[in-house]
Amino acid sequence: MIEVNGTLIVLLIASAIGCSLLGPVRIDLARVIHHFFSPDPDTEILLRTRLPRVLLGMAIGGGMAACGVVLQALLRNPLACPQMLGVSGGASLGGILGLIFFPQWLLPLAGGLLGEISWVPLAAFVGALLSMAFIYRLSLFRGRLHPYHLLLSGVIFNSFIAAVIMFLNSIVDFYQAQGLLFWLMGNLSTRAYLTVGFIGAYVVAGFLWLWSKGLALNLITLGEETAMQLGIEIGSVQRQVFVAASLMIGAMVSVSGMIGFVGLMIPHVMRLIVGSDHRLLLPASFLAGAIFLSWADTLARVLFAPAELPVGIITAFFGAPFFLFLLYREGGKKLAV
Amino acid sequence: MSAAIEIQDLLFAYDERTVIDGISLSVDAGEMVGILGPNGSGKTTLLKIVSAVLRGRGEVKLAGKDIRSYSRRELSRLFAVVPQESAVAFPYTVAEIVLMARASFHSPLAFEGEKDLAVARQAMERTDTLALSNRYLHELSGGEKQRVMIARALAQEPQILLLDEPSAFLDLQHQVQILDLMRQLNREQGPTIIAALHDLNLAALYFDRLVMLRDGKIYRDGSPENVITEETIRELYGVPVRIQRDPSVRRPQVFICTTG
Repeated sequence: MIEVNGTLIVLLIASAIGCSLLGPVRIDLARVIHHFFSPDPDTEILLRTRLPRVLLGMAIGGGMAACGVVLQALLRNPLACPQMLGVSGGASLGGILGLIFFPQWLLPLAGGLLGEISWVPLAAFVGALLSMAFIYRLSLFRGRLHPYHLLLSGVIFNSFIAAVIMFLNSIVDFYQAQGLLFWLMGNLSTRAYLTVGFIGAYVVAGFLWLWSKGLALNLITLGEETAMQLGIEIGSVQRQVFVAASLMIGAMVSVSGMIGFVGLMIPHVMRLIVGSDHRLLLPASFLAGAIFLSWADTLARVLFAPAELPVGIITAFFGAPFFLFLLYREGGKKLAV
Repeated sequence: MSAAIEIQDLLFAYDERTVIDGISLSVDAGEMVGILGPNGSGKTTLLKIVSAVLRGRGEVKLAGKDIRSYSRRELSRLFAVVPQESAVAFPYTVAEIVLMARASFHSPLAFEGEKDLAVARQAMERTDTLALSNRYLHELSGGEKQRVMIARALAQEPQILLLDEPSAFLDLQHQVQILDLMRQLNREQGPTIIAALHDLNLAALYFDRLVMLRDGKIYRDGSPENVITEETIRELYGVPVRIQRDPSVRRPQVFICTTG
């Protein structure tokens, strides 16, 4: 099973190179290597536009898949995914309020202060933090997070937020509505290594934190009492996992909007391949999520080039049939009990 | 013999409803104690307090030290619990489930070591579950599952083994199998065993000491002859019974007098 993770690392590196070369303009790898230190349009495209975007996709894909795994364990529910936690709704609303109400005259000032970090992701992240605190408070009983409360409060909070967003969408003008829709659908376009570096470091740190809880997550899926009797401080693990996953989801949604399906599907596919031991399942899902989203985004860029599709269309369009096929072939036996 | 568990004036209430109402109980190391009582008399709650899942008022001492002074990790090296039912949310193999018993014995960042594998293998041999090791837990029959739960408990190398109606969902053959195994373990390796039980006849056959609970209090505590009597059963369960000695082992057995 360790070999699976080794194979995935090789595939990840190959995908980083492969996805960066593909696009509306085909890039010749040999030429890039030859001209690496001299000015060349191909090298320029590769390093300035393609690579940061591929790396961002990998960070988001890996992070979403890892969060999906831990949420399914924490909530003991195979349907759990990052979009289900109230945090994603909070981040969307925050981002949208940022888009609509950001006072334009502040732009040069804020731009000067914050460099390439823009206002909208920050507003989205504040929304994520507020909703995380709210859901956390709602679900905390005697130092433990109640799985059903987490799940229900998340789903209901998100449908409330969806109503607010639709309301805002119907009162703003046409151009703003287009902007909102585009932001909501999620995309990975970026030119800033600063953003990529920040999100990448953030996601990797969060992933390592979650990975260190792998053994505890195994025990948590056996039920709270059993986990306690086998030596797990359940409340502390639940709180740490919830906060770590929420912070990751908040940051990811703030930068790239709601990219669905990776966080739901990848954990299940990987569970079929490596089993349910979270010490193996977490890194395998992280790597597979990174690979999957980088290729999905490449397809989104290439299929109707020079036009771009929202990547969420690709993840669901190709992911859903593949997942249903797996479900049919395995009879669901290995997926969930 | 030193006391494995000492309970003094224990009280516990779920919100307003008192479930444990002043229990004092001492169990010696190596004893095998059966806890009896009707539904709602506090058996399960008592076991949960002793295994630190719930916290009551009063004093609970394990091996002479207050239960609150132990960390969960320490407790799980002292105690093992066999639950009534086992539910898993995701598919785990039997081997994976039994190895989870070793979580407190190795680093939380590592995989199980040689020693852990050896202990788990031994526990599975003991419970006749080794042949099941690659099967998924949720595909097993009730009796097989319960044996896996016992294997996991044994893999914790516990000094105290708690069982909550370990045979509630099992047929007669499997009930007897599990109680035989418990008695054998207790005699050979000497863990203290405390089991909540429903079946009075099996309790009388297998346990030398029975504790009978009623409304969260200890109603009787002693040998099967003193605890299982026509009077106590009528009083506790409201069912008229005749008690006779089993001819070969001389333990009391309950015969129900039907009213029809």
